[in-house]
Amino acid sequence: MQVKTSKASKTTTAANSLESDNSESKTILTIRDLNAYFGDFHAVKNVNMDVDANEVVALIGPSGCGKSTYIRTLNRLHEEIDGATVSGEVVLNGENIYAGHADPVSIRTKVGMVFQKPNPFPSMTIFDNVVAGLKLAGIRKRSVLEETVERCLKQAALWDEVKDKLKEPGMSLSGGQQQRLCIARTLAVNPPVVLMDEPTSALDPISTSKIEELITELKTQVTVIIVTHNMQQASRISDRTAFFYLGELIEYDETKQIFMDPKEDRTERYISGRFG
Amino acid sequence: MVAATPLTVTTAVKQEFGFRVSDFRRFRSTAMLATIWGFSLAAIIPLLFVFYFVTSKGVGGLNWDFFTALPAPVGQEGGGMANAIWGSLMIVGMAACIGVPVGVLTGVFLSEFGEGKFAATLRFTVDLMTSVPSIILGLFIYTILVVPMNGFSAYAGAVALAVIMFPIVAKTTEEVLKLIPDHIREAGLALGIPRWKVIISIVLKGSVGPVATGVILAVARVMGETAPLLFTAFGNSFWSESPSQPTATLPVAIYQYAISPFKQWHEQAWAGALVLVMIVFFANLITRVIMRGSGVKRSR
Repeated sequence: MQVKTSKASKTTTAANSLESDNSESKTILTIRDLNAYFGDFHAVKNVNMDVDANEVVALIGPSGCGKSTYIRTLNRLHEEIDGATVSGEVVLNGENIYAGHADPVSIRTKVGMVFQKPNPFPSMTIFDNVVAGLKLAGIRKRSVLEETVERCLKQAALWDEVKDKLKEPGMSLSGGQQQRLCIARTLAVNPPVVLMDEPTSALDPISTSKIEELITELKTQVTVIIVTHNMQQASRISDRTAFFYLGELIEYDETKQIFMDPKEDRTERYISGRFG
Repeated sequence: MVAATPLTVTTAVKQEFGFRVSDFRRFRSTAMLATIWGFSLAAIIPLLFVFYFVTSKGVGGLNWDFFTALPAPVGQEGGGMANAIWGSLMIVGMAACIGVPVGVLTGVFLSEFGEGKFAATLRFTVDLMTSVPSIILGLFIYTILVVPMNGFSAYAGAVALAVIMFPIVAKTTEEVLKLIPDHIREAGLALGIPRWKVIISIVLKGSVGPVATGVILAVARVMGETAPLLFTAFGNSFWSESPSQPTATLPVAIYQYAISPFKQWHEQAWAGALVLVMIVFFANLITRVIMRGSGVKRSR
């Protein structure tokens, strides 16, 4: 499972420096030599990264640096785009999700995803939105569905606001509520890892702080990998931060370390706002 | 410069027309609105006239017999178009059974997998087929079905109408499904739902209302088609024993009665026209009522 990378690239120094810390906490995701392409365009270049269970990892970097593409390789959503390909290994709990026999559909039940724009399913009620994943997997038992709806909406801190109108369309909620509904929908299939692609960039500050609180609470149950353009957000909610630039993972370290004393000059220049 | 422009216009307008620029703008706005209203009314007028004429001329010929009796021989009073009404409903029903599934699935294919050469060709073909004159489609079905089967039949009529329906349904379905943003599909995939289920249970189910509207428009369109039926279902003065025989339809019956020299038949033709318009009208109305409250909710 632990593939030692001996190549003296910048990314491996980052990964190596973390291996010592890994002794006590459990590694849930191991990413090795990951490359992602759109046709001929090399969007993500040779990324190596370890993620511990129950931590929040923030991915920062200028637009177009490949962070969104990168997290979309972690649930095999990247390959759904025409001409998009991936090489490398992503090991989730000891299982390589890119192994030949691996089924992308079942992997996505283990690695959930929340998108930039709130996207409840049209013409579905709040209730049906939450259990869409379960229902379409064939679970019909009313008691199970009801229990899941209550648990997930409570986890997503939305229950009190919607418990009396579960039969209303998901689209009738406000933007921030819709995003929390989408988080509840993701949690309903019980994924150990949740990916978030700029989940608050379309929301107002109050909704944003609600989602941030929520992420901190979810940490006890899931591992969160979040892409954000907001560096304050990264520093507030994440345990570790990864800085991407032009498709490469430049630096990956404790969030405090990245923001107080980054090792790389490019990281420092980015977080101090001198480029990007 | 920017600030100077309105001033000059004001002065110019005042000099030329003797009123202020705000008056001029108000006048222009009112004139434009009046034009829009005028043209919209002009667009409705033909429809209102059709309704008026068909109702006023057709209502006299309507009675119980019209819906239950066969056409009377020339010179005899009474008679109806029961066979034509039933024939139309049956042929359009059969046509919908063929044309709607094929059309919806083609639309799904074009919207969800519509990249690449084959899809581009298919899309072009569908566009082309919506504009092929229906009489040519009728001749086509005549050649490939009526001639080999040795006779006119309701089946041939249904196939001809299905060929007219399918591109309309396909086009509407494609356009409607494309309105569902890609990130909704990705949200489904990201939940571990297989793509085919995402398409059926999220994309298509979210567009039931608009797709149904497309289907109704297609049904309404073929309900009144005459030319292709002349070559396929042909017509019949009696009940058809089976769909493999020549079958009467409302549009063809209207056509035959209207070009006849008999005054009484003209009255029947008007009554038939009224029934045809009513069928289309109620089909539209009923679908609207059923579909109200379902379908895509506006997000904001």
